[in-house]
Amino acid sequence: MIWQIEIVILIIVIILAIGALSVKDLLGAAILFGAYSFMMCLLWAIMGAVDVAFTEASVGAGVSTVLFVAAVFRTSRRTED
Amino acid sequence: MKIGGLILVVILGSVLIYGSLEFPPWGDPVSPASSHLSPYYIETSVEDTSVPNLVTAVLADYRGYDTMFETIVIFTAGIGCIFLLRIFRKEETGTRLYRHIATGITLRIEKGGKFPETSAAFERIDSVWVPHDLIVKTTCRLIVPFIQIFGLYVIAHGHHSPGGGFQGGVILGAAMILYAVAFNLRSAIQRMGERLTVMLSTLGVFIYAGTGVLCMLLGFNYLDYSALASLLGVDPVTAHSHGILIVEIGVGIAVMAVMVTLYYNLASAGKHDEGL
Repeated sequence: MIWQIEIVILIIVIILAIGALSVKDLLGAAILFGAYSFMMCLLWAIMGAVDVAFTEASVGAGVSTVLFVAAVFRTSRRTED
Repeated sequence: MKIGGLILVVILGSVLIYGSLEFPPWGDPVSPASSHLSPYYIETSVEDTSVPNLVTAVLADYRGYDTMFETIVIFTAGIGCIFLLRIFRKEETGTRLYRHIATGITLRIEKGGKFPETSAAFERIDSVWVPHDLIVKTTCRLIVPFIQIFGLYVIAHGHHSPGGGFQGGVILGAAMILYAVAFNLRSAIQRMGERLTVMLSTLGVFIYAGTGVLCMLLGFNYLDYSALASLLGVDPVTAHSHGILIVEIGVGIAVMAVMVTLYYNLASAGKHDEGL
Protein backbone atom coordinates (compact mmCIF):
# COMPACT_ATOMS: atom_id res chain seq x y z
CA MET A 1 0.00 0.00 0.00
CA ILE A 2 1.16 3.53 -0.71
CA TRP A 3 2.42 4.79 2.65
CA GLN A 4 1.71 8.45 1.88
CA ILE A 5 -2.02 7.73 1.69
CA GLU A 6 -1.82 5.89 5.00
CA ILE A 7 -0.10 8.87 6.68
CA VAL A 8 -2.68 11.30 5.28
CA ILE A 9 -5.57 9.12 6.50
CA LEU A 10 -4.00 8.75 9.96
CA ILE A 11 -3.61 12.53 10.26
CA ILE A 12 -7.23 13.05 9.16
CA VAL A 13 -8.36 10.45 11.74
CA ILE A 14 -6.58 12.33 14.55
CA ILE A 15 -7.97 15.71 13.40
CA LEU A 16 -11.51 14.30 13.19
CA ALA A 17 -11.22 12.67 16.63
CA ILE A 18 -10.07 15.91 18.28
CA GLY A 19 -12.72 17.85 16.37
CA ALA A 20 -15.51 15.47 17.43
CA LEU A 21 -14.48 15.90 21.08
CA SER A 22 -14.01 19.65 21.05
CA VAL A 23 -16.83 20.95 18.88
CA LYS A 24 -19.71 22.61 20.79
CA ASP A 25 -22.47 21.64 18.37
CA LEU A 26 -23.48 18.03 19.11
CA LEU A 27 -24.94 17.48 15.63
CA GLY A 28 -21.58 18.51 14.18
CA ALA A 29 -19.86 16.14 16.60
CA ALA A 30 -22.07 13.29 15.36
CA ILE A 31 -21.21 14.07 11.73
CA LEU A 32 -17.50 14.32 12.56
CA PHE A 33 -17.71 10.98 14.35
CA GLY A 34 -19.29 9.44 11.26
CA ALA A 35 -16.46 10.80 9.12
CA TYR A 36 -13.98 9.43 11.68
CA SER A 37 -15.59 5.99 11.36
CA PHE A 38 -15.33 6.17 7.59
CA MET A 39 -11.62 7.02 7.77
CA MET A 40 -11.11 4.11 10.18
CA CYS A 41 -12.91 1.94 7.63
CA LEU A 42 -10.39 3.01 4.98
CA LEU A 43 -7.56 2.15 7.39
CA TRP A 44 -8.97 -1.34 8.02
CA ALA A 45 -9.27 -1.85 4.26
CA ILE A 46 -5.66 -0.74 3.77
CA MET A 47 -4.52 -3.24 6.41
CA GLY A 48 -6.35 -6.02 4.58
CA ALA A 49 -9.12 -6.56 7.16
CA VAL A 50 -11.95 -6.23 4.64
CA ASP A 51 -14.62 -7.78 6.88
CA VAL A 52 -13.83 -5.35 9.69
CA ALA A 53 -13.85 -2.47 7.20
CA PHE A 54 -17.27 -3.54 5.99
CA THR A 55 -18.61 -3.67 9.56
CA GLU A 56 -17.09 -0.28 10.35
CA ALA A 57 -18.64 1.25 7.23
CA SER A 58 -22.12 -0.14 7.88
CA VAL A 59 -22.29 0.14 11.68
CA GLY A 60 -19.90 2.97 12.51
CA ALA A 61 -20.38 5.34 9.60
CA GLY A 62 -23.94 4.33 8.79
CA VAL A 63 -26.37 3.35 11.51
CA SER A 64 -24.63 4.75 14.59
CA THR A 65 -24.48 8.23 13.01
CA VAL A 66 -28.22 8.06 12.40
CA LEU A 67 -28.78 6.96 16.01
CA PHE A 68 -26.62 9.85 17.27
CA VAL A 69 -28.56 12.31 15.13
CA ALA A 70 -31.84 10.88 16.45
CA ALA A 71 -30.61 11.26 20.05
CA VAL A 72 -29.47 14.87 19.39
CA PHE A 73 -32.85 15.60 17.78
CA ARG A 74 -34.66 14.42 20.91
CA THR A 75 -32.33 16.10 23.47
CA SER A 76 -30.39 19.35 23.07
CA ARG A 77 -28.12 20.39 20.27
CA ARG A 78 -25.63 22.38 22.33
CA THR A 79 -23.36 20.72 24.85
CA GLU A 80 -23.37 21.94 28.45
CA ASP A 81 -19.58 21.97 28.96
CA MET B 1 -12.32 18.85 37.07
CA LYS B 2 -11.53 19.37 33.41
CA ILE B 3 -7.79 19.71 34.10
CA GLY B 4 -7.89 16.54 36.23
CA GLY B 5 -9.60 14.63 33.47
CA LEU B 6 -7.06 15.82 30.92
CA ILE B 7 -4.13 14.75 33.13
CA LEU B 8 -5.75 11.34 33.69
CA VAL B 9 -6.32 10.86 29.96
CA VAL B 10 -2.71 11.85 29.13
CA ILE B 11 -1.29 9.46 31.76
CA LEU B 12 -3.49 6.53 30.71
CA GLY B 13 -2.86 7.24 27.04
CA SER B 14 0.90 7.24 27.47
CA VAL B 15 0.68 3.97 29.47
CA LEU B 16 -1.35 2.49 26.62
CA ILE B 17 1.16 3.66 24.00
CA TYR B 18 4.03 2.37 26.14
CA GLY B 19 2.30 -1.00 26.39
CA SER B 20 1.71 -1.20 22.66
CA LEU B 21 5.45 -0.72 22.00
CA GLU B 22 5.88 -4.36 23.06
CA PHE B 23 3.51 -5.56 20.34
CA PRO B 24 4.97 -7.52 17.42
CA PRO B 25 5.14 -5.50 14.19
CA TRP B 26 2.11 -5.58 11.92
CA GLY B 27 2.10 -8.72 9.76
CA ASP B 28 5.04 -10.29 11.63
CA PRO B 29 5.11 -14.00 10.60
CA VAL B 30 6.88 -15.15 13.79
CA SER B 31 4.56 -13.39 16.25
CA PRO B 32 2.72 -15.80 18.60
CA ALA B 33 -0.66 -15.02 17.07
CA SER B 34 0.39 -15.98 13.56
CA SER B 35 2.69 -18.88 14.43
CA HIS B 36 0.31 -21.20 16.32
CA LEU B 37 -3.37 -20.79 15.49
CA SER B 38 -3.43 -18.91 12.19
CA PRO B 39 -1.54 -21.57 10.18
CA TYR B 40 -4.02 -24.18 11.36
CA TYR B 41 -6.97 -22.09 10.22
CA ILE B 42 -5.33 -21.20 6.92
CA GLU B 43 -4.40 -24.79 6.13
CA THR B 44 -7.50 -26.67 7.24
CA SER B 45 -10.49 -24.32 7.08
CA VAL B 46 -11.45 -25.25 3.51
CA GLU B 47 -11.07 -28.97 4.27
CA ASP B 48 -13.12 -28.58 7.47
CA THR B 49 -15.89 -26.29 6.33
CA SER B 50 -15.63 -25.81 2.53
CA VAL B 51 -15.97 -22.04 3.10
CA PRO B 52 -13.48 -19.98 1.05
CA ASN B 53 -13.77 -16.86 3.23
CA LEU B 54 -11.55 -17.63 6.21
CA VAL B 55 -13.06 -14.89 8.36
CA THR B 56 -16.57 -16.33 8.05
CA ALA B 57 -15.31 -19.83 8.84
CA VAL B 58 -13.53 -18.63 12.00
CA LEU B 59 -16.39 -16.34 13.05
CA ALA B 60 -19.31 -18.71 12.69
CA ASP B 61 -17.72 -22.14 13.01
CA TYR B 62 -14.45 -22.26 14.99
CA ARG B 63 -15.54 -19.37 17.21
CA GLY B 64 -19.26 -20.10 17.12
CA TYR B 65 -19.80 -19.45 20.84
CA ASP B 66 -18.23 -16.02 20.56
CA THR B 67 -20.52 -14.96 17.73
CA MET B 68 -23.56 -16.39 19.49
CA PHE B 69 -22.92 -14.32 22.58
CA GLU B 70 -22.21 -11.25 20.43
CA THR B 71 -25.68 -11.72 18.98
CA ILE B 72 -27.08 -12.03 22.50
CA VAL B 73 -25.25 -8.81 23.45
CA ILE B 74 -26.96 -6.99 20.57
CA PHE B 75 -30.31 -8.50 21.55
CA THR B 76 -29.73 -7.34 25.14
CA ALA B 77 -28.92 -3.85 23.88
CA GLY B 78 -32.26 -3.71 22.07
CA ILE B 79 -34.17 -4.97 25.12
CA GLY B 80 -32.31 -2.51 27.37
CA CYS B 81 -33.17 0.37 25.03
CA ILE B 82 -36.83 -0.59 25.19
CA PHE B 83 -36.76 -0.76 29.00
CA LEU B 84 -34.98 2.59 29.32
CA LEU B 85 -36.84 4.66 26.76
CA ARG B 86 -40.19 3.15 25.89
CA ILE B 87 -43.19 4.88 27.43
CA PHE B 88 -45.98 2.34 27.59
CA ARG B 89 -48.78 4.34 29.16
CA LYS B 90 -51.17 5.97 26.72
CA GLU B 91 -50.64 9.71 26.69
CA GLU B 92 -53.50 12.09 26.07
CA THR B 93 -53.41 13.28 22.50
CA GLY B 94 -52.31 16.90 22.35
CA THR B 95 -52.16 19.24 19.40
CA ARG B 96 -51.79 17.56 16.04
CA LEU B 97 -51.05 18.85 12.56
CA TYR B 98 -52.79 17.57 9.47
CA ARG B 99 -52.14 18.48 5.86
CA HIS B 100 -54.85 18.53 3.25
CA ILE B 101 -53.21 16.56 0.46
CA ALA B 102 -54.93 18.22 -2.50
CA THR B 103 -54.34 21.84 -1.50
CA GLY B 104 -51.36 21.61 0.85
CA ILE B 105 -53.12 23.58 3.58
CA THR B 106 -51.99 22.64 7.08
CA LEU B 107 -54.63 22.28 9.78
CA ARG B 108 -53.74 22.66 13.44
CA ILE B 109 -56.19 20.75 15.60
CA GLU B 110 -56.10 21.49 19.30
CA LYS B 111 -56.72 19.03 22.07
CA GLY B 112 -60.34 17.90 22.17
CA GLY B 113 -60.91 18.55 18.45
CA LYS B 114 -61.95 15.90 16.00
CA PHE B 115 -58.94 14.31 14.26
CA PRO B 116 -59.45 13.20 10.64
CA GLU B 117 -57.63 9.97 11.44
CA THR B 118 -59.15 7.75 8.78
CA SER B 119 -59.80 10.36 6.11
CA ALA B 120 -57.93 9.84 2.84
CA ALA B 121 -57.92 13.56 2.08
CA PHE B 122 -55.68 14.43 5.05
CA GLU B 123 -52.28 13.15 6.09
CA ARG B 124 -50.90 13.63 9.57
CA ILE B 125 -47.57 15.48 9.78
CA ASP B 126 -45.16 15.89 12.67
CA SER B 127 -45.49 18.86 15.02
CA VAL B 128 -42.28 20.41 13.73
CA TRP B 129 -43.15 21.69 10.28
CA VAL B 130 -42.62 19.11 7.53
CA PRO B 131 -42.20 20.44 3.99
CA HIS B 132 -43.39 18.65 0.88
CA ASP B 133 -40.65 16.23 -0.07
CA LEU B 134 -41.71 14.51 -3.26
CA ILE B 135 -38.14 14.03 -4.51
CA VAL B 136 -36.90 12.52 -1.25
CA LYS B 137 -39.88 10.18 -0.96
CA THR B 138 -39.71 9.00 -4.56
CA THR B 139 -35.95 8.45 -4.42
CA CYS B 140 -36.25 6.44 -1.21
CA ARG B 141 -39.13 4.39 -2.56
CA LEU B 142 -36.92 3.51 -5.53
CA ILE B 143 -33.75 2.86 -3.59
CA VAL B 144 -35.01 0.90 -0.56
CA PRO B 145 -35.67 -2.40 -2.44
CA PHE B 146 -32.15 -2.33 -3.87
CA ILE B 147 -30.65 -1.74 -0.43
CA GLN B 148 -32.64 -4.67 0.92
CA ILE B 149 -31.54 -6.95 -1.91
CA PHE B 150 -27.94 -5.90 -1.28
CA GLY B 151 -28.40 -6.73 2.42
CA LEU B 152 -29.71 -10.20 1.56
CA TYR B 153 -26.79 -10.66 -0.84
CA VAL B 154 -24.32 -9.70 1.90
CA ILE B 155 -25.86 -12.25 4.28
CA ALA B 156 -26.05 -15.04 1.71
CA HIS B 157 -22.68 -14.37 0.08
CA GLY B 158 -20.69 -14.12 3.30
CA HIS B 159 -19.10 -17.50 2.51
CA HIS B 160 -17.28 -16.15 -0.52
CA SER B 161 -16.87 -12.41 -0.01
CA PRO B 162 -16.60 -9.97 2.90
CA GLY B 163 -19.80 -9.68 4.84
CA GLY B 164 -22.13 -11.91 6.78
CA GLY B 165 -24.95 -11.73 9.23
CA PHE B 166 -23.91 -8.61 11.13
CA GLN B 167 -23.21 -6.43 8.12
CA GLY B 168 -26.19 -7.68 6.13
CA GLY B 169 -28.49 -7.24 9.11
CA VAL B 170 -27.29 -3.69 9.63
CA ILE B 171 -27.87 -2.90 5.94
CA LEU B 172 -31.40 -4.35 6.11
CA GLY B 173 -32.08 -2.30 9.24
CA ALA B 174 -30.64 0.81 7.58
CA ALA B 175 -33.10 0.37 4.69
CA MET B 176 -35.98 0.43 7.17
CA ILE B 177 -34.47 3.45 8.96
CA LEU B 178 -34.12 5.25 5.61
CA TYR B 179 -37.79 4.57 4.96
CA ALA B 180 -38.67 5.98 8.39
CA VAL B 181 -36.54 9.09 7.79
CA ALA B 182 -37.88 9.77 4.31
CA PHE B 183 -41.55 9.22 5.11
CA ASN B 184 -42.34 9.37 8.80
CA LEU B 185 -42.07 7.15 11.83
CA ARG B 186 -45.74 6.20 11.85
CA SER B 187 -45.73 4.78 8.33
CA ALA B 188 -42.56 2.81 9.14
CA ILE B 189 -44.20 1.42 12.29
CA GLN B 190 -47.23 0.49 10.21
CA ARG B 191 -44.98 -1.59 7.96
CA MET B 192 -42.91 -3.09 10.73
CA GLY B 193 -44.48 -2.78 14.14
CA GLU B 194 -42.87 -2.87 17.53
CA ARG B 195 -44.22 -6.34 18.28
CA LEU B 196 -42.77 -7.68 15.04
CA THR B 197 -39.31 -6.22 15.65
CA VAL B 198 -39.11 -7.69 19.16
CA MET B 199 -40.35 -11.05 17.88
CA LEU B 200 -37.77 -11.01 15.06
CA SER B 201 -34.87 -10.14 17.34
CA THR B 202 -35.86 -13.02 19.62
CA LEU B 203 -36.29 -15.30 16.60
CA GLY B 204 -32.78 -14.52 15.36
CA VAL B 205 -31.16 -15.47 18.66
CA PHE B 206 -33.44 -18.51 18.81
CA ILE B 207 -32.30 -19.68 15.35
CA TYR B 208 -28.66 -19.44 16.40
CA ALA B 209 -29.05 -21.11 19.78
CA GLY B 210 -31.55 -23.61 18.39
CA THR B 211 -29.07 -24.78 15.76
CA GLY B 212 -26.64 -25.52 18.57
CA VAL B 213 -29.28 -27.40 20.56
CA LEU B 214 -30.25 -29.35 17.42
CA CYS B 215 -26.64 -30.44 17.01
CA MET B 216 -26.66 -31.58 20.66
CA LEU B 217 -29.89 -33.52 20.20
CA LEU B 218 -28.33 -35.34 17.24
CA GLY B 219 -25.51 -36.50 19.50
CA PHE B 220 -22.74 -34.05 18.61
CA ASN B 221 -21.22 -31.10 20.45
CA TYR B 222 -23.03 -27.79 20.76
CA LEU B 223 -22.74 -25.89 17.42
CA ASP B 224 -20.87 -28.77 15.75
CA TYR B 225 -22.52 -28.45 12.34
CA SER B 226 -21.41 -31.95 11.22
CA ALA B 227 -24.55 -33.14 13.01
CA LEU B 228 -26.71 -31.47 10.36
CA ALA B 229 -25.29 -33.76 7.63
CA SER B 230 -27.92 -36.44 8.15
CA LEU B 231 -30.76 -33.89 8.30
CA LEU B 232 -29.72 -31.98 5.18
CA GLY B 233 -28.60 -35.04 3.27
CA VAL B 234 -25.08 -33.77 2.53
CA ASP B 235 -21.59 -34.77 3.62
CA PRO B 236 -20.31 -33.36 6.95
CA VAL B 237 -18.03 -30.76 5.32
CA THR B 238 -20.86 -29.23 3.29
CA ALA B 239 -23.03 -29.43 6.40
CA HIS B 240 -20.58 -27.02 8.08
CA SER B 241 -21.10 -24.58 5.21
CA HIS B 242 -24.89 -24.88 5.45
CA GLY B 243 -24.80 -24.58 9.24
CA ILE B 244 -22.82 -21.36 8.93
CA LEU B 245 -25.45 -20.01 6.52
CA ILE B 246 -28.25 -20.88 8.96
CA VAL B 247 -26.64 -19.10 11.90
CA GLU B 248 -25.72 -16.10 9.72
CA ILE B 249 -29.40 -15.78 8.78
CA GLY B 250 -30.26 -15.85 12.48
CA VAL B 251 -27.68 -13.15 13.23
CA GLY B 252 -28.95 -11.05 10.32
CA ILE B 253 -32.58 -11.20 11.50
CA ALA B 254 -31.64 -10.32 15.08
CA VAL B 255 -29.35 -7.41 14.12
CA MET B 256 -31.88 -5.98 11.64
CA ALA B 257 -34.69 -6.03 14.18
CA VAL B 258 -32.56 -4.56 16.97
CA MET B 259 -31.32 -1.69 14.77
CA VAL B 260 -34.91 -0.80 13.85
CA THR B 261 -35.96 -1.02 17.53
CA LEU B 262 -33.13 1.28 18.59
CA TYR B 263 -34.07 3.81 15.93
CA TYR B 264 -37.79 3.77 16.78
CA ASN B 265 -37.14 4.35 20.47
CA LEU B 266 -34.41 6.96 20.06
CA ALA B 267 -36.11 9.00 17.34
CA SER B 268 -39.47 9.17 19.08
CA ALA B 269 -38.17 9.36 22.69
CA GLY B 270 -40.04 6.16 23.46
CA LYS B 271 -43.48 7.39 22.40
CA HIS B 272 -43.53 5.78 18.92
CA ASP B 273 -45.61 8.68 17.71
CA GLU B 274 -43.58 11.46 16.12
CA GLY B 275 -40.08 10.81 14.92
CA LEU B 276 -37.19 12.29 13.03
